[in-house]
Amino acid sequence: MTIRQKVLVLYLKFPSLEAEVISWATFDGTGQKLHMTGDSDEPPYPTGLDALLDGWRLFQSSQAIPEHPGEEFRTSYLKHEFFFEKIEEGDF
Amino acid sequence: MVQLLSTKQMAEFANSGCLFFDGLIDNETNKEFLKDIGHTDIENVDNMQKYFQNIKASSSIPRIPAGTPLKNAYPYKSPLEKIFKNEVVAGAINSLVGSEAVVDHQFLHLTFPTKYFKKTNQRQMSQVNHQDSTIDPRVTFDIQLFYFPTDVTKEMGGTRYHPGTHLRIVNEMGIAKYQNIRGQKNIVCKAGTIGIFHNGLWHGAGVNFSDEIRYMFKIRLQPTEKQELLWDPESKYKPLPNRALYWTDENQESTINDILMKSYPWQEADTNRLDKINTIKFWRLLTGHKNLDIDYWLTRIENNLY
Repeated sequence: MTIRQKVLVLYLKFPSLEAEVISWATFDGTGQKLHMTGDSDEPPYPTGLDALLDGWRLFQSSQAIPEHPGEEFRTSYLKHEFFFEKIEEGDF
Repeated sequence: MVQLLSTKQMAEFANSGCLFFDGLIDNETNKEFLKDIGHTDIENVDNMQKYFQNIKASSSIPRIPAGTPLKNAYPYKSPLEKIFKNEVVAGAINSLVGSEAVVDHQFLHLTFPTKYFKKTNQRQMSQVNHQDSTIDPRVTFDIQLFYFPTDVTKEMGGTRYHPGTHLRIVNEMGIAKYQNIRGQKNIVCKAGTIGIFHNGLWHGAGVNFSDEIRYMFKIRLQPTEKQELLWDPESKYKPLPNRALYWTDENQESTINDILMKSYPWQEADTNRLDKINTIKFWRLLTGHKNLDIDYWLTRIENNLY
């Protein structure tokens, strides 16, 4: 038996887990499924909270960083990032 | 006579960062293009690099030094020269980057089907999301024109793109970790379709699950003049007056401003407002109306009395 990590990254509409998912990525360390860019048009969960309810453990979220003075209107990367994990045990 | 874009099409481009002309190029030219590059069935291709090198060696697609004026770029009567002379294609180019646009680069993208990856024992993966080139904080913009010489079905994994992302300033593959983004689209089109992207639009190639090779010819064009009212040389466009906000009339008619202020499902609640502000700033540059506003977004924060 070995232990493997599955990672789910959710980007939310605002910085609270109750917010709607706007972007997502999944990386499966068990090797059971190969995820790739553009492989699903519907998010795995409607909100971040729904991921918690399904057993995903939150281990990192983005900080609130004030906009740089003079650059307040510059837009760039998606802001509200949440990393979750599930630890799976098995013969992978 | 070229056919310039309409104000509505320009507003759609300013808001979404893209425009499409479905099945625009005639079948004869599409066939001529495929014949010119030596298109064949995947069964006849053993090696992707070799196939690609043959196209480079024998097709009429020239080597074009960066900075060459588009009008001098392609051999007379070659399929690509015909495509760029098409009145709609030429009109769209003139409207967005002017009649003196220069070539940055061109490329013929080939996406091979599953069969090839199985035969050669390679992992078939989609291309990650990216913004082309490098960080680009300019207000001047380039366009990337795409030509699809064959039909592109859903299973062929046509270019994935994210409408409305073009004004977000990121560093090329810095967006690769976003595997899926709400509202993502894949190009599904008829042969002869032309797509035009703002250089900042986030995109990536999909996986080709069909039995056919997918081709996409791409060219990046750069303007040599200010991109102000190029589509409207008689300056007919006039900004609309302010309208009521939030407490609105249910029956108010849809206008150009509704096209410009359209939101997308991938936008955050807070940053969506900045995306709108940046679209208004972009529209100010395109129209030359430096104090123009839509829905008070800029007037509100420009009303600084101290």
